[in-house]
Amino acid sequence: MLDPYKIREDFPILKRKINNHPLIYFDNAATTQKPKQVIESITEFYENHNANVHRAIHTLSQESSELYENAHEEVAKFINAEGMEEIIFVRGTTEAINLVAYAWGLHNLKREDEVLVTLMEHHSNIVPWEMLSKIKGFQVKYAEVNNDGTLNYESFENAISDKTKIVCLAHVSNVTGVITDVKRVAKIAHEYGALVLVDAAQSVPHLPVDVKDLDIDFLAFSGHKMLGPTGIGALYGKRGILEEMKPFHGGGSMIKEVTFNTITRHCSISLNDLPWKFEGGTPNICGGIGLMAAVRYLNDIGMENVKEHEGILTEYAMRRMQECEKVKIYGPEDASLKCGILPFGVNGISSHDIALFLDSYGIMIRSGFHCAQPLHEKLRLKSSARASFYIYNTREEIDRLTEALKEIG
Amino acid sequence: MGTVEDYVARVEETCGEEKQFVVIFKYTSKNQAIAKILKKAKVEKSISRIIFDLTFGNVSFRLYGTGKAIFRNLKDKEKLQKVLADLLL
Repeated sequence: MLDPYKIREDFPILKRKINNHPLIYFDNAATTQKPKQVIESITEFYENHNANVHRAIHTLSQESSELYENAHEEVAKFINAEGMEEIIFVRGTTEAINLVAYAWGLHNLKREDEVLVTLMEHHSNIVPWEMLSKIKGFQVKYAEVNNDGTLNYESFENAISDKTKIVCLAHVSNVTGVITDVKRVAKIAHEYGALVLVDAAQSVPHLPVDVKDLDIDFLAFSGHKMLGPTGIGALYGKRGILEEMKPFHGGGSMIKEVTFNTITRHCSISLNDLPWKFEGGTPNICGGIGLMAAVRYLNDIGMENVKEHEGILTEYAMRRMQECEKVKIYGPEDASLKCGILPFGVNGISSHDIALFLDSYGIMIRSGFHCAQPLHEKLRLKSSARASFYIYNTREEIDRLTEALKEIG
Repeated sequence: MGTVEDYVARVEETCGEEKQFVVIFKYTSKNQAIAKILKKAKVEKSISRIIFDLTFGNVSFRLYGTGKAIFRNLKDKEKLQKVLADLLL
């Protein structure tokens, strides 16, 4: 079991006071705070190893390349991928999904095909598919969610067909924290010959995730939601599928050769090996190194311990917040179906007012649609307030949230 | 006389519900901004002199002692800008 008080010592920002109150950071689903180990890894890189990666043969470039490649390896191990060939560094989950949409979908989806998503998706797993459907003419279908925000598996099974070429779904909802049985979905999808893309932005930071066990084809996640820097994330893809895919961005690094034919007066290109084929241009080197430090930090704690700690906090918060008469918690009543995300409302008060009120007590939560408007519409919510927990949060902080909510309600 | 920008650091347009604007006053001039607003707007309700429910003409809004305000039912940013100018200048 992890010790959040010991962990807090690694997070300089948690010593801050906001509006004369000790900072309580409950906006972890949006981004997490950074431990000094991550901050120092970035400083260490720029102070001692900074150089562009690959191609150059000088010492600094060798060091920089080795660190950057090690980062791929460590991320691969973290999710039990085969190796770094299956890990493409991107800006974040959004870019990872767009990479699949444009590097796979643009070349493989036809007018008569269907893409199946769910109504609980973040906009980043809806918009790229809707945009691409306007170009390619395929249909985007939506599996229903139940009134408590869980996936309606029956609706999913009714919606999938031989026309479905890819199923795109969130492992954990960024609004309700509901955990979807991705393994079950993947098994059904593969029976229909469809690929499976998992938005793991809210699962990889909070649960042990094993891509082989889940048997999925793509997995997208962001570094900044798991203690790493912003602007770095990863796309996992099964090697065989990535090898067949066309590149996403053209430019340096993603090619082996560009040769000019003096007769045709055109250049011909030969593509680089995985994963560099998908990493055109100078990558976010220090971001990758920061992400590696974040992965090491989480590995030291153990992902089972992370999951257990958040489960305890979620269950405790649900119990305490129910003491507030006007507070309504959205989503399933069973805390074991959820990750550490708690959407709620206070009767008669807008979510933004709740957030501003709590801010005056130094408590940071999020308000609005959380980039998941279709789910809010499905749940008949005008918006929601959202508290989301991580490894450094404590029961005492939840007590303070509850006391502040009692003042509103 | 100054400008609205002398007092306002950021304006955030919210998502969900009706359109709302959250105005964040500059740290250095927030006390001055709050004093000016409280002088011109009508206080409907106050919680510990930290949170104020206010009306100004037909505009209702909530002002926080932390230097933030949330305006409801305003058509667009231009209208907000006008209200802020009337309140602050």
